[in-house]
Amino acid sequence: MSAAETLSSAVRADAPPAISLQKVNKWFGSLHVLRDVTLDVALGERVVVCGPSGSGKSTLIRCINRLEEHQEGRIVVDGIELSDDLKALDAIRREVGMVFQSFNLFPHLTILENCTLAPIWVRKMPKRQAEELAMEYLTRVRIPEQAAKYPGQLSGGQQQRVAIARALCMQPKIMLFDEPTSALDPEMIKEVLDTMVMLAGTGMTMICVTHEMGFARQVADRVVFMDRGEIVEQGVPQAIFENPQTDRLQLFLSQILRGH
Amino acid sequence: MSITAENAAKLPADAIARTAPRRLIGPLAWSRENMFANWWSTAITLALGYLLIRYAVSFVDWAFVNAIWTVPQTAAGLPDTTACREAKGSGACWAVITEKHRFILFGTYPFDEHWRPLLVCLLFIGLYVVSAMKRFWRWELALIWAAVLTLIGVLMWGGVLGLSFVPQDRWGGLPITLILSTFGLAFAFPLAILVALGRRSKLPAIKAICVLYVELIRGVPLISLLFMASVMFPLFLPEGMNIDKLLRAQVAIILFAGAYLAEVVRAGLQALPKGQYEAADALGLSYWKKTGLIILPQALRLVIPPLVNTFIGFFKDTSLVLIIGIFDLLTAGKTAIIEPMWQGFGVEVYITLALIYFMFCFAMSKYSAGLEREFNAHRNR
Ligand SMILES: Nc1ncnc2c1ncn2[C@@H]1O[C@H](COP(=O)(O)OP(=O)(O)O)[C@@H](O)[C@H]1O
Ligand SMILES: [Mg+2]
Repeated sequence: MSAAETLSSAVRADAPPAISLQKVNKWFGSLHVLRDVTLDVALGERVVVCGPSGSGKSTLIRCINRLEEHQEGRIVVDGIELSDDLKALDAIRREVGMVFQSFNLFPHLTILENCTLAPIWVRKMPKRQAEELAMEYLTRVRIPEQAAKYPGQLSGGQQQRVAIARALCMQPKIMLFDEPTSALDPEMIKEVLDTMVMLAGTGMTMICVTHEMGFARQVADRVVFMDRGEIVEQGVPQAIFENPQTDRLQLFLSQILRGH
Repeated sequence: MSITAENAAKLPADAIARTAPRRLIGPLAWSRENMFANWWSTAITLALGYLLIRYAVSFVDWAFVNAIWTVPQTAAGLPDTTACREAKGSGACWAVITEKHRFILFGTYPFDEHWRPLLVCLLFIGLYVVSAMKRFWRWELALIWAAVLTLIGVLMWGGVLGLSFVPQDRWGGLPITLILSTFGLAFAFPLAILVALGRRSKLPAIKAICVLYVELIRGVPLISLLFMASVMFPLFLPEGMNIDKLLRAQVAIILFAGAYLAEVVRAGLQALPKGQYEAADALGLSYWKKTGLIILPQALRLVIPPLVNTFIGFFKDTSLVLIIGIFDLLTAGKTAIIEPMWQGFGVEVYITLALIYFMFCFAMSKYSAGLEREFNAHRNR
């Protein structure tokens, strides 16, 4: 309880939103996957997105760094509007880190090289400095001793922590997580969640798609529930989990709880 | 009592440290299992073994025991091949190689200048060896290539540094084969990568050009491309202008190899999981950095076997230039046995040529196998 309070004090509601989506619509062919999604995320805010499979959660956060293009509405990230302008896109991708469900580490590079690649080639950081930075983040996710290994030699939990460190090495202002623990064996979920809790403690702006309710309760300032491409309900974790207003959320929560 | 307690903490008694079941190994056990398992297996083994040994013995007789290695000269100073003719059928006439090896290797290049094409061949081999070593894989290697290829040009043509000028139509033999295949693959490979990337481009014009190129080139045999390069192409040139015949053949080979290699590279690009592209994008890497640092290194590793397969194919396909009168290794070999006294000794010459081709191809194949093993060592995803 007190931990959640100290964490939420990091939110700076007065500053302009870090991410702002207004009436965003997206279709895959004829499939309408995002319907009038409006969402503001304040600087330092931690938002957990949940919802049934296929409800458009991944699509939503992938639109934020334009891995998917939206067709209607406005998305403003860190004061820059997403458009076809490549300069703007580069600027946004430099500030937004992303962690995928399937890690997506580069298998032909060592752990250290995975982490130094973007700082060296995108931020133009000298190699030595990039390596020091990478070791610092690898230490923070508690696997500095694996730096010389290749991704294939690590467990799933370790790989996901490397993926987090790799994103952090770009020193982003915003971190996006797309079900970071869904591909992991149960005994490895905790080590990754612990890393994310640690990150939340640093005041990072985070949007996290996850069904880990414990994590949401501990860390989230806000939980957003999506279904069929719409934001159905949102609020503080306690309100969402203990006092759902809509039938859809009630159904979803009962399924999640039965599943666990 | 205390002992039972201790055991209980460990494993059940019957589960402790059993060694793996022993397998019979060694050549004897292997052959008993695979070649003499039952009576008909034994019969087949013996029958095939008999044929194999008989054939091997008669080959050794022909190639070594009864072979004729040198022939005397006639009064006119020409080689006297009567001995060879008498031994024909029972012994090989390696004398044809002894007498003609310089012609086979270097064609009609001026005899006194043969050290130049010889040096060129050695330079090529040195270039391959250096390029194959991982510790030389730096950008300076491109400089070495440029320098060595220039040096090769100087040696072959001459006309500078006190070397006499040798026109291109007198070049021949192994240097031609090495020039065509080395320049061919050195230019075709980068071209292939660009075309493969272009075929996956979002820009419709680039994509269309690349598809058109690949489909057009793949739709015609190399021979017809070579004919076009040697016969048709000059018709379109302004009068008086003439591009070297070898160069035209070289361009045809580059275009042909480029189309095939492009498809191999494209297969590698397609095999990469989408997540790799997305992770690179999410990190903010530009298209060319993503391609150069993430996509190509992985895609090319995936296609090492078919890539080398295509390389080997093209090394041998350069011999097709004989139909437009370029004097490569194979043509030189054929020409060597046109003289009346050497007629009928084609087998010996072709065996020698096959051995030379085989050495280069086998080296490529061995090297690629090693490369593949090394690259994929930590790819247990
Ligand atoms: N690249 C794509 N092409 C076509 N349909 C897609 C694509 N990606 C996702 N979809 C569809 O869009 C819907 C939402 O997908 P997604 O955002 O991945 O949902 P979630 O992450 O909530 O499970 C699903 O019905 C999915 O099948
Ligand atoms: Mg998803």
